[in-house]
Amino acid sequence: MLKKSNYIFLVCVVVLVLALLQLPGGTMSKLKLAISGLFLPLFGLSNSTHEWLGQAGGGLLPRGELLRQNAQLRHDNQELQIRLAQDAALWAENARLRTEVGWTRQTRWRVKLARVIGRDPANWWRSVEIDLGSRDGLRANLAVLTPDGLVGKVQSAGETRSQVVLLGDPNLRVSAVVNNNETGIITANSSATLDDGLIDLDQLSGASGAKPGQNVVTWGEGGVFPPGIMIGKIVDLRPKEYGLSTEARVKLAANLSALEEVWVMLP
Amino acid sequence: MSWRPTVFVMTAAFVAVFLEVSPGLFRSLLGAQIDLLPALMVYTALTHGLATMVLLAVCGGLWFDSLSLNPLGASVLPLLVIGLLIYRSRDLLMREHVYAQVVLGLMAGAAQPLGTLFILLNKGATPLLGWFSLWQWLVMTAGAGAATPICFKLFDRLRRALEYQPVTQTSFRPDREIKRGRA
Repeated sequence: MLKKSNYIFLVCVVVLVLALLQLPGGTMSKLKLAISGLFLPLFGLSNSTHEWLGQAGGGLLPRGELLRQNAQLRHDNQELQIRLAQDAALWAENARLRTEVGWTRQTRWRVKLARVIGRDPANWWRSVEIDLGSRDGLRANLAVLTPDGLVGKVQSAGETRSQVVLLGDPNLRVSAVVNNNETGIITANSSATLDDGLIDLDQLSGASGAKPGQNVVTWGEGGVFPPGIMIGKIVDLRPKEYGLSTEARVKLAANLSALEEVWVMLP
Repeated sequence: MSWRPTVFVMTAAFVAVFLEVSPGLFRSLLGAQIDLLPALMVYTALTHGLATMVLLAVCGGLWFDSLSLNPLGASVLPLLVIGLLIYRSRDLLMREHVYAQVVLGLMAGAAQPLGTLFILLNKGATPLLGWFSLWQWLVMTAGAGAATPICFKLFDRLRRALEYQPVTQTSFRPDREIKRGRA
């Protein structure tokens, strides 16, 4: 049996935890970042081990293979430089035409590479930790992507780490457009399947002309995600609410279960 | 009371939470992350004092939640309840038996996610739940069941390696030995 003092101690702990659960979002977020900061040495150790293993693996590659890779990279680099020069001309033309029509000028994306250092330990959320923080110019609500497509957005930014909520998490909704004319909302997949590359595109019109295989990109409404970022392709469609709206399943372009590096879009 | 066992348990909890965050083979193969804290809680509740048990529930839960999208504190109460239930009846439990350890681990592993989800849903959160969550729950339960006896074995070895062993006193005294047979 427990003593009376033990009961008082337990009640105090429970009350404190309940008070913690009632904290407002901002305070809770700061407290979470402070507590998770305790793991920084372990994350650092993991990073160093990863880099060391990478270097050790590089040392084992034969010279011929390295020379072949080097030649390939040089070739890719030259090709990209030519495309960049072409893009610069197109960009300048686009800016001039936009000024003539009176539209606002588009700004170039500023992106920063981040490494994924951890995943959400709870099975019912989809989030990852990255190794960039407010020190690197990150703040909440910045878009995160890979060369394949959109990944999610920064949920909270600590000094050296940030938490990114991924597409498919119930906390993240993205306005999207199909085929440049139909808009909908990207939400978590209602069946929460094993394949975390499947999400739902909800609130398409009942007479939707969307078809499987069509691209889904960000619409740009809401101010978080710029328009035109690839999200994925439609897999299938089904009517909802007695045909008043349509829901589509979308296969994400980015592979969320194998994320190692992501790009954060800076303001 | 020695502070060393408490430090071992807390260090194990810290490392366990870090391992759960690290991308691993189990998660990619099974589609679910195994939670090691319930197994650790079973061990702590059966072998340590109330203070260590509460400390594990509070720190372990807060560490877990700080790296997750869970509201801070959501994992603490289920861990605390599991620990308390085991702690209260630990004199009746056969803690040395692997079978008992596995069963307790299974029960703790099954109860922990359910308790956390209960708190989340009551707080108005919308966690990702579906039919596949049943599979994840089974994996978490089985994982905790398998991890509990491993916890006992590891900590027993650690204790034996780092703590003084009591000298076994024998009642045998050569001067009081009864000599049988003819002299």
